Amino acid sequence: MLRRSFVHLAGIALVALGAASTASAQGSANVLRIVPQTDLKILDPIWTTAFVTRDHGYMVYDTLFGVDITGMPQAQMVDKYTSSADAKVWNFTLRKGLAFHDGKPVTSADVIASLGRWGKRDSLGQRMFGIMDKIEAVGDNGFRMTFKQSFGPVLEALAKPSGSPAFIMPKRVADTPADKQIEDYTGSGPYVFKKEEFRPGEKVVYLKNAAYVPRVESPSGTAGGKRVYVDRVEWIILKDAQTQANAIINGEVDMLSWMPPEHYATLRTNPKLQTVSPTFAGSYYLHLNHHIPPFDNPKIAKAAVMAVNQEALMRGQMVFRDLYRTCTSIYPCESPLASNKTSYFTGKPQFEEARKLLKEAGYDGTPIVLMHPADFTLLNKLPPVMAQLLKQAGFNVDMQSMDWPTLLMRRTKKDAADKGGWNAFITGWGGSDTLNPLFFAPLTGNGEKGWFGWNKDDKLEELKSAFTASTDAAARKRLAEEIQVRALETGLFAPLGETNNLSVVRRDVVSGVLLAPVNVFWNIKKK
Amino acid sequence: MLAKTPPIPSGTPQPDAEPASAGRPASLARRALRNGAVRLGGSTLVMLVFMAMAAPWLGTIDPTAIDPASGNLLPGARGEFNSLAGQTFQHLFLMGSDSLGRDIWSRVVYGARVSITVGIAVAALALAGGIIVGLAAGYFRRLDGVLMRVMDGLMAIPGILFAITLVAAWRASVATIVIAIAIPEIPRVARLLRSVVLTIREEPYVEAAIALDTPPLKVLTRHILPNAIAPLIVQGTYICASAILVEAILSFLGVGMPADIPTWGNIMAEGRIQFTQFPHNVLVPGVFLALTVLAVNILGDGLRDTLDPKFSKRGA
Amino acid sequence: MLFFLLRRIAATVPVLVVVALIVFLMLRLAPGDPAAAILGDNASSAAIQSVRTQLGLENSIPVQFFQWSARLLSGDLGESYFLKQSVAGLIAQRVEPTLSLAALTLVFTVLIAVPLGVLAAWRHGGWLDRALMGFSVLGFSIPAFVIGYVLIWAVSLKLGWLPVQGYARLEEGLLPWLRHLILPAITLSIIYVALIARVTRAAVAEALTEDYVRTARAKGISEAGVLMRHALVNAAVPIVTVIGIGIALLIGGVVVTETVFAIPGLGQLTVDAVLSRDYPLIQAITLFFSFIYVLINLLVDLSYLLLDPRIRY
Repeated sequence: MLRRSFVHLAGIALVALGAASTASAQGSANVLRIVPQTDLKILDPIWTTAFVTRDHGYMVYDTLFGVDITGMPQAQMVDKYTSSADAKVWNFTLRKGLAFHDGKPVTSADVIASLGRWGKRDSLGQRMFGIMDKIEAVGDNGFRMTFKQSFGPVLEALAKPSGSPAFIMPKRVADTPADKQIEDYTGSGPYVFKKEEFRPGEKVVYLKNAAYVPRVESPSGTAGGKRVYVDRVEWIILKDAQTQANAIINGEVDMLSWMPPEHYATLRTNPKLQTVSPTFAGSYYLHLNHHIPPFDNPKIAKAAVMAVNQEALMRGQMVFRDLYRTCTSIYPCESPLASNKTSYFTGKPQFEEARKLLKEAGYDGTPIVLMHPADFTLLNKLPPVMAQLLKQAGFNVDMQSMDWPTLLMRRTKKDAADKGGWNAFITGWGGSDTLNPLFFAPLTGNGEKGWFGWNKDDKLEELKSAFTASTDAAARKRLAEEIQVRALETGLFAPLGETNNLSVVRRDVVSGVLLAPVNVFWNIKKK
Repeated sequence: MLAKTPPIPSGTPQPDAEPASAGRPASLARRALRNGAVRLGGSTLVMLVFMAMAAPWLGTIDPTAIDPASGNLLPGARGEFNSLAGQTFQHLFLMGSDSLGRDIWSRVVYGARVSITVGIAVAALALAGGIIVGLAAGYFRRLDGVLMRVMDGLMAIPGILFAITLVAAWRASVATIVIAIAIPEIPRVARLLRSVVLTIREEPYVEAAIALDTPPLKVLTRHILPNAIAPLIVQGTYICASAILVEAILSFLGVGMPADIPTWGNIMAEGRIQFTQFPHNVLVPGVFLALTVLAVNILGDGLRDTLDPKFSKRGA
Repeated sequence: MLFFLLRRIAATVPVLVVVALIVFLMLRLAPGDPAAAILGDNASSAAIQSVRTQLGLENSIPVQFFQWSARLLSGDLGESYFLKQSVAGLIAQRVEPTLSLAALTLVFTVLIAVPLGVLAAWRHGGWLDRALMGFSVLGFSIPAFVIGYVLIWAVSLKLGWLPVQGYARLEEGLLPWLRHLILPAITLSIIYVALIARVTRAAVAEALTEDYVRTARAKGISEAGVLMRHALVNAAVPIVTVIGIGIALLIGGVVVTETVFAIPGLGQLTVDAVLSRDYPLIQAITLFFSFIYVLINLLVDLSYLLLDPRIRY
């Protein structure tokens, strides 16, 4: 009897404690608490193409052009622009009133330095700067690009959210060598990164940039007016899918940027929550390292691609049918360039043929180091399934678990697999990233200068150049198909399937989540 | 650390003063087997070991076989298993399946092998290491100071931190993990042995043996070790229990056995992300883990009570 | 007295040296090149070479140890490989949550375990004694994270009394701080309570057999008085000792508990550092915790002077 009333009293006391503290917390500024897709450790979106860093980039930086919902580039920081008839000379003037977070105005010198750094890392940027003759300032507010041959996709390159977007940083920051990470995070975007409150592994704090002048148009994709309706955004780092689900169910966070698929059923049916679709369908790929054995041999690489079982992989990772579908094209299945000319690749496993290929190629049993990001809830189920599939195909597999930021660092290493390098890993791409050969970063054949995996394939590069130069839609489609076949034939990578990444928000509390090619956090309102 | 330490229940034994004789081990064993705790803990352990060894015949399938379509089945569900290799068969998922469709019962049963092996291996390694260090420290005065300082230093590093640091430095494998868990347990065993040696050395028959130039090894094995066997066995069982738990914790943190080896810790680590929806992923291996550790601990308590009655008054 | 203090403190120095040596060797002997880890991709061999010289990696192991220790003593704990912040700064950021959790756990433990142990000793051999000791063995055997998840499910999700995760800094108020720490502290205390209760029971039971207790009872002092003022006080030494030794258990438990409850303390930092092989961070945290352990045990030894008048040096 005494015990029961004690428990009662304890309960009441705790609830009272709770009410008191929540009340006091809500009184202050409008704080939006978001759980990002993974921990943010690398803060330089030019140095890495990791999505979480890109999300951070869109908070803190602005771009010359954005991409709207229909996929068209729209001017963002740029006011007016012209291009010569032969697409060799491009002139741009910046909008008035653009300023960095330290108050200094954005000048063409900053733009040129930023583009230069971006052009050293990003694959489309490399291509653009390779064809570029010169880029020069025209006063403080304008700049001009002159190309050696006509280069059509200038706006697309400057606007694209795929790979590394061309974020504009102050010149002093952009002068950091491209193979070193920046250490100053001043930008000109709608949010200010609060470095003093940044606690790695715990939370990232952004404040509304009161001095930001959004465009007058309504927001669309990464273009239009980037209006901010909250005072402060906190990225609360929660690495465990269960903790994420618990936290939003309990109201301790307002939004899960990437819903953990295991909890889809509970989160979708919870009356206090709402699932929203913030980006277009994405897709997963198995990436191979062609720089070191054994995948430097295209036959062995092709055998690995043959081991893929799309249905099993997608089901294992996404669990619910609503959240995934198989797609054998390397481009998104609903997009204009999608094609079912996929040579031998069916998305279903072909273990016998793979084994035959391995024997032909003389595979000596070297274990394949498959990197496994154990903490990334949207990626960590794929490697175990892939490892078993590869084993069935006759490979020896060494699946190594690490956290996602470590994987991002390790994939930059060109050493042998047993000396800190790697042979394979799986990652996801957004729909806008895989739209066409120009945007799709891993579709490279220029060896060590290319994307991780450093595939060396001159034919592929030729096809890409032809694609860039071509203006005829039918020719482009044909070339895109040829590129697809070439990529699959050489075992460059393997498409694993498409997914719908949903966000979860607190119903009636959070609104305004935009549909865009990437996760963007402006326009969000919180009650 | 001090010359004069207050009476602490560090497990320091006050062994019998008689020399080891042939009759003692047998009567000790009989006494031990009559103790209720030894029976309870021992029999549970025997059943678990039997279960682990009989794994293939207990309604199990390959514990690593993945079938995403059979994912997240509740305990008792019957379903069709389509392995990635293309085989199909009917299967009763006794304890349900995890998110990748692997049979939890199979994983738990095969996981028992890993956990029990790790427990025993760690205990053996820790005892061996501790015996060597303790004997050396107790017998050779000159080594005593240095060795005990090193042991104190090792004890100052929390065991789990030591284990995860070592596993981080070298790659995780069964051997690395066993070594990593065993090393922090060595100091306590060493202290035990050392105090036995120090006590026994003073005995007249030992002094006589030394005076007669008996080789140190003979003195150690004939006079000193037999007096230490009892507390060593007790200490060993506690180390075994602790090791099984630590292995689970290491796996839970993500620095344990490679993910493709089914261990209770790995099963729980993978199951934790959907605990509220499918608690069986964590609770089933959790119950087995608790049961095993409990059994070993109870066995240890019983052995301690019987092998040296003076222990029963002291704590852990 | 002062001489004893100084001697006792001086005795910790060789222990700390050994700890430093072990921590240094564990990681220095690990495979992999720290210079390459810091510089990342595309680093030219010239750049790697210069960083190696900078870090002193070209010197022999004993020299490296010397340099490393010298830096340590001057307060330079190095810079994290990945987080671009000084290790000392990171530890300072994370100390408060861990310290709060440890302190609250200690308070819970002592408040629960000591009375339990005294009770069990008083009713030595009875059903209460057996039940309590049975529960304590159970406490040793269930992994902390299982307890944690069950508590979160029951108390936070089903009953809604407490938050499921996170930590509120003290500066934001005492109530939020307490609310976030109650469940983690309970989870962590269970194993500690098991240990302390057992030792308390053993020590008090032994004290109760001593002559002075018979004398006290004969003098007509109440049972409560006997227990508290005679038995417990004389049992204080072993209890306090095991509290000190148990700190190692506590530190290990903190790592797991912080992971379960997403508390941004040193435990989680350790796990992050280990998963990313961030060696300077791992080294510094291990040293820090070991130092705390040595310090606490030093305080425990010194407390004997207060607790046991028979001990004089």
